[in-house]
Amino acid sequence: MPEVQVEGHPIDTILRTERLPHIFCPGCGIGPAMHAYAQAILESGIPRDGHACVSGIGCAGRVPGYLDVDSYHTTHGRAIPFAMAIALVKPDMEVTVFSGDGDLFGIGGNHFIHAARRNVDINVICINNFNYGMTGGQVGPTTPLGARATTAPYGNTEPPFNLPYLAAATGAVFVARWTALHVRQLKEAILRAMQKKGFTFIEVLSPCPVGFGSPNDIGDAIEEVWLYRERCVVDHNAYLPDVDIDLRRKDAPFVMGNFVDIDKAPFDPLAMMKKKEGE
Amino acid sequence: MVMLQTRRPLDVENIAIPRGQLFIIPERCKGCGFCIDFCPRDVLEETSDMNAKGYHYPIVGEDKDEECIACQFCLVICPEFAVYAEEIPE
Amino acid sequence: MSPEERVLTGNHFLLGDYACAEGAMAAGCDFFAGYPITPSSETAERLAARLPAVGAIFVQMEDELASMAALVGASLAGARAMSATSGPGFSLMMENIGMAAMMEAPCVVVNIQRGAPSTGLPTLVGQGDMMQCKWGSHGDYEIVAYSPSSPQECFDHVIKAFNTADRWRVPAFVMADELIGHMTERVVIPPADQIPRVERKRPRHKPGDPSFLHCLAEDEDLVPPIVHAGEGYRVNFDSLSHDEKGYPATFPEPHDKLVRRLVNKIRLHADQIIEYEEIFLDDAELAVIAYGCTARSARRAVNEARREGIRVGLLRLISVWPFPENRVRELSNQVKAFVVPELNLGQMSRETERFTSLPVIGVNHAGGVMMAPDPILDTIREVAKNA
Repeated sequence: MPEVQVEGHPIDTILRTERLPHIFCPGCGIGPAMHAYAQAILESGIPRDGHACVSGIGCAGRVPGYLDVDSYHTTHGRAIPFAMAIALVKPDMEVTVFSGDGDLFGIGGNHFIHAARRNVDINVICINNFNYGMTGGQVGPTTPLGARATTAPYGNTEPPFNLPYLAAATGAVFVARWTALHVRQLKEAILRAMQKKGFTFIEVLSPCPVGFGSPNDIGDAIEEVWLYRERCVVDHNAYLPDVDIDLRRKDAPFVMGNFVDIDKAPFDPLAMMKKKEGE
Repeated sequence: MVMLQTRRPLDVENIAIPRGQLFIIPERCKGCGFCIDFCPRDVLEETSDMNAKGYHYPIVGEDKDEECIACQFCLVICPEFAVYAEEIPE
Repeated sequence: MSPEERVLTGNHFLLGDYACAEGAMAAGCDFFAGYPITPSSETAERLAARLPAVGAIFVQMEDELASMAALVGASLAGARAMSATSGPGFSLMMENIGMAAMMEAPCVVVNIQRGAPSTGLPTLVGQGDMMQCKWGSHGDYEIVAYSPSSPQECFDHVIKAFNTADRWRVPAFVMADELIGHMTERVVIPPADQIPRVERKRPRHKPGDPSFLHCLAEDEDLVPPIVHAGEGYRVNFDSLSHDEKGYPATFPEPHDKLVRRLVNKIRLHADQIIEYEEIFLDDAELAVIAYGCTARSARRAVNEARREGIRVGLLRLISVWPFPENRVRELSNQVKAFVVPELNLGQMSRETERFTSLPVIGVNHAGGVMMAPDPILDTIREVAKNA
């Protein structure tokens, strides 16, 4: 049968459709990642009113505004403490931070490591496009060494973070990395994260044709997604210190997977009071 | 001893490959090409038409009318929520 | 009285910082997020013991940036949220005080001021953050601030701050100082049913009603009803400039409309918020305007001056922002000059100058020590002589 033209999409049920089309560039990976998260909300078994989505500033930060849930578009880097407070005041809610690599690990780096250390019961989904995309493609904490960006015209002089390693080291109980292509695995990872108590972290590699692809000879988004197709390797037991990502390297695979899935008591400011009662 | 050469699954008469109906929202498409490149059955191709923004949205390719198996990969991969398939009931 | 009691009814001999904590407990504070900083740490320490005992939340965050972000999140989840800090922490909080103003999230910040600028005088009094309280975050917005002159007022003003914050959906401040914060004095805490409590305005619309615009202020007070996370309204709160649905609207017209409403919320209703105390002003020819710890010395100076026959009065500020501009204008028709003593190099005196063409004479010190009555009295005498 030939295609039929329609006006709506199945995921529209959980979108603020009056705000579409979203602002993301053609081929941006935020769309598929947002779909995976939206679908996970629908399949989570938690009613829609029980979800809250918090973001910082950046392209990824625009995502909560498109979803029909309690959404909070907060200041740059501060999504995590904001989300932590909601999770503490409303412990029955499923609170997810959806933000970008610069927002979460540049300005927000300190908040990330402390929330992970405390094992705050929130989910953090990080769209990693290796630059500060919204502001035009400046270098960021995940930009590979030597890559070009608007504030690194001669090439980046700083080594980037290895996000899964960082998240695991600071105490996250669930650490995963997928891409905007591996959306089925991404959705399953998000569902697992929602089930878990404690600090969960999912890195999602995303093409950014305008901010990162163009200055680094990756052409348009589809080319970057083909790189994921060809070079991604799934290894849930990968040795995390070695899972660095540099899209331009021809010799190393991009390692994906659900790397960490452990159980630890989530942050509870009243933990010692309950212990006292139990004694 | 005669060796059986044929290996036909016992339930081959009962199992049918799903058939899919493609749905497209032309005005949402931004021409990224993900659905076209990654459809496992190569069902989609770019139309020569354009939507209001000038993007060539996907249509079912020539001779591909029966190829869609409703795997839904286009549904989950499209960044604009502009394409999906539905399984055609038997 | 067990620590599980929220309201410590009775007569106490309390440190100012502790009185702030007890004010929070009496006001029903559900959430405290802060960071240690002299001279406010005692407030946090007291609440670290008191809040968990009643099942409320105390968290020490990694810095004041996180603390203030947490306050906004907690507030929008429905909690009465508070922090306590001093100058350097106050500066860090400015970013998200702006977010609280933009999202209209009620919250309370206690600033036990110390010598400034920068790390300044960690253990010694100052009053140098007054203008920062009003203008510290970028852009136009309005806040409410109180200035206690005693540990009793620390208790009272924290309760006022919570009520004002909830009533007007603004961040509210208690601009105390190290002298008051580290002073121990009598604090009378009334029975729980006598603690005033103003609740937030709630919507008439039911959750899920598509016609509900959560940033639309239909009432004369310009305050929209507030909805909290998990109540089923599923609205968007944005730090970006936004329209009445709460969606980003980064265009000149809705932006101007929004910012004017945020500002007019307070400016047009200042008379419902402003509080001050008047001493000997009825027949005064000279008015002293003072607040915080300095008001105590000013009161003594004014009493002494009256004994010497000088017709001076004291306008003691209880709320410092919004500033009592109308009272200053009125007094300008009566007195010949204003004297404004403060432990900074002229902040509230500048504000006074805006509303009078009479001379405004400051009695200033950058901080580090209580201002004694003497310099204030000397100035009063001098001004009275030359007036």
